[in-house]
Amino acid sequence: MKVLTANRLDDGAVVYIGKAAPWVEDLASALVAVDVGAEGQLTETAATAVKARLVVGAYLMPVTVEDGRILPASVRERIRAAGPSNRPDLGKQAPAPALPR
Amino acid sequence: MYRYDEFDQQAVDERVAQFRGQVGRRLKGELTEDQFKPLRLMNGLYLQLHAYMLRVAIPYGTLSPRQMRMLAHVARKYDKGYGHFTTRQNIQYNWPRLVDTPDILADLATVEMHGIQTSGNCIRNVTSDPFSGVAAGEVEDPRPWCEIIRQWSSFHPEFSYLPRKFKIAVTGSEHDRAAIKLHDIGIRVVRNAAGETGFEFWIGGGMGRTPIIAKKIRDFVPKADLLDYATACLRVYNELGRRDNIYKARIKILVHEMGLEKYSALVDEEFARSQGTVKLPDAEIARIQAYFAPPAYETLPATSTAFEARRFEDKGFRTFVRTNVHAHKVPGYAIVSVSLKAPGVAPGDASADQMDAVADIAERYSLDELRVTHEQNLVLPNVKLDDLYTVWKQLSAAGLGSANIGLISDIICCPGLDYCDLANARSIPIADELQQRFADLERQYAIGSLKIKMSGCINACGHHHVGHIGILGVDKHGKELYQLQLGGSGAEDASIGQITGAGFPPERIVGAVETVIETYLSLRHGDAETFLDCYRRVGLAPFKAALYEAR
Ligand code: HEM
Ligand code: SF4
Repeated sequence: MKVLTANRLDDGAVVYIGKAAPWVEDLASALVAVDVGAEGQLTETAATAVKARLVVGAYLMPVTVEDGRILPASVRERIRAAGPSNRPDLGKQAPAPALPR
Repeated sequence: MYRYDEFDQQAVDERVAQFRGQVGRRLKGELTEDQFKPLRLMNGLYLQLHAYMLRVAIPYGTLSPRQMRMLAHVARKYDKGYGHFTTRQNIQYNWPRLVDTPDILADLATVEMHGIQTSGNCIRNVTSDPFSGVAAGEVEDPRPWCEIIRQWSSFHPEFSYLPRKFKIAVTGSEHDRAAIKLHDIGIRVVRNAAGETGFEFWIGGGMGRTPIIAKKIRDFVPKADLLDYATACLRVYNELGRRDNIYKARIKILVHEMGLEKYSALVDEEFARSQGTVKLPDAEIARIQAYFAPPAYETLPATSTAFEARRFEDKGFRTFVRTNVHAHKVPGYAIVSVSLKAPGVAPGDASADQMDAVADIAERYSLDELRVTHEQNLVLPNVKLDDLYTVWKQLSAAGLGSANIGLISDIICCPGLDYCDLANARSIPIADELQQRFADLERQYAIGSLKIKMSGCINACGHHHVGHIGILGVDKHGKELYQLQLGGSGAEDASIGQITGAGFPPERIVGAVETVIETYLSLRHGDAETFLDCYRRVGLAPFKAALYEAR
């Protein structure tokens, strides 16, 4: 199982191709591809978004789904999905609302 | 301190304007990411794990309070309220938005700062001894020479596309606080038999996946020849350094593979041909040196009764003085190290408020100057003994009073997998756990001088090869694992640490370090024998036995 992730061009934020919206910040809302066909579709969507300058550095990342929760396979992707493990106040794991910009 | 002249300022301002245009074109689609990436990197802008990362140079580690306040301002306005001081005398911001970076660089340019020479295969931001100009026993302040190298190397057309990055460090002291032997070129200001000062040149040092200690290539390069000789070294490398394999592209590999003698002969040949091309006129040297003239020191007695009394009365202060206060070349003054290694804070991180606090302290009590160190700490270079107690109180109030310089909790640590795109494992949480395990200051004192250095991958940004105890994070089948190295040093007695054996999982690495420490304590010849001395005497075997046989 795979999710497509990238960084948003204008602010660098980690994003995923979502179930409902094209790009979401929260891994829980990501679309999980369960077969090669679905992966191919995600890759195509991403290529279009890269061309449209929405995101950079798009790639598929392996995940597992446990009790409906999407879990990244690698430590790296777990940290990308949450934020620095030494700073629970920063990144996506930070208590909402996100820091004002 | 050096102040930009109109040419410096114009160059930096123009660079900001160019970058603003480049960002605009990228956002409009006139540049692809492949086209834009080298341009952003030339301005210190990377893309990392969570966001963009901006690296700002602090040339030779010297900083004014005004500049430090600007670093705080950037952290507050454009980032998440903090910055990370690195082993390269840079500061890194971990969360800037691409759309804001032209404004960030414009703000930095108002205080003569930028991200130029912090990335790419050019001569990088030149680094130096954080005690430059104030260290007792220094031959000469190396910073005018650093500044000359900076002016010569910035936008150097011949050396902007070297086979790989190129790092130069300069020190003016016997005791090496700049790790010059781990640089592509290391320079030490020395005095010859005739009493003239000049430069000892070291070549081809570096860490990364192939750590190599630099080799001495010249005992004495006269001042007038500094840039010509450096040019000759670089020119030979530029021509012969490998461009086909990124892992073999650094000058250390070239010098190692062809041998010092052969490389040195080619440098001599080139030097003989081109000597006198990059003239360094005495008047220009004097002009630059004038910027670094000593500040207006008062004539003070060598001791201060107020200071002695406070030291006697207050144990916390006494402890701080023991580790964080160093001899100054001017009587009545001291050098104060400000530790960025408080428990629970990532090594090298400082909040915007802390940056402002040190800026205020430097302005009032350190003759308007600050330094950053390759050990990820700050320095107040000019504090009167009479003011030390107040300075300590104010630092402590800002959470900057940790009395641990040079001790086991003064850990060098790269950002690792918590921030870095290249990382294999986390390093910050291991540093944190080590600090907790050795939190007891009495125990730290009992252990004595000890440098732990840790990197989250083989690139060695955290200097693990030269830690007395080095820790390297690796990835083994998707799991974090930590290798232990012992006996490294980045100082004048430079050495590369030896790997102890199989790595340790995250839950066992701190225990392994403790085993090493306990073994050392049981083996040392009296309290005065440091870990490094003891290790050099007994070797790896007893440590290896303690680490692996009890498993
Ligand atoms: C987070 C982004 C960073 C990236 C992408 C990065 C990348 C690299 C790479 C690829 C190397 C290996 C160069 C080689 O062997 O040719 C390296 C070396 C080095 N980096 Fe970093 N680094 C980063 C952060 C840091 C930080 C935070 C520090 C300081 C704490 C640092 C200081 C150094 C030093 C001292 C070296 C080794 C010296 C040498 O042999 O050149 N870097 N870095
Ligand atoms: S050593 Fe590796 S993990 Fe650490 S900052 Fe450098 S590149 Fe990143």
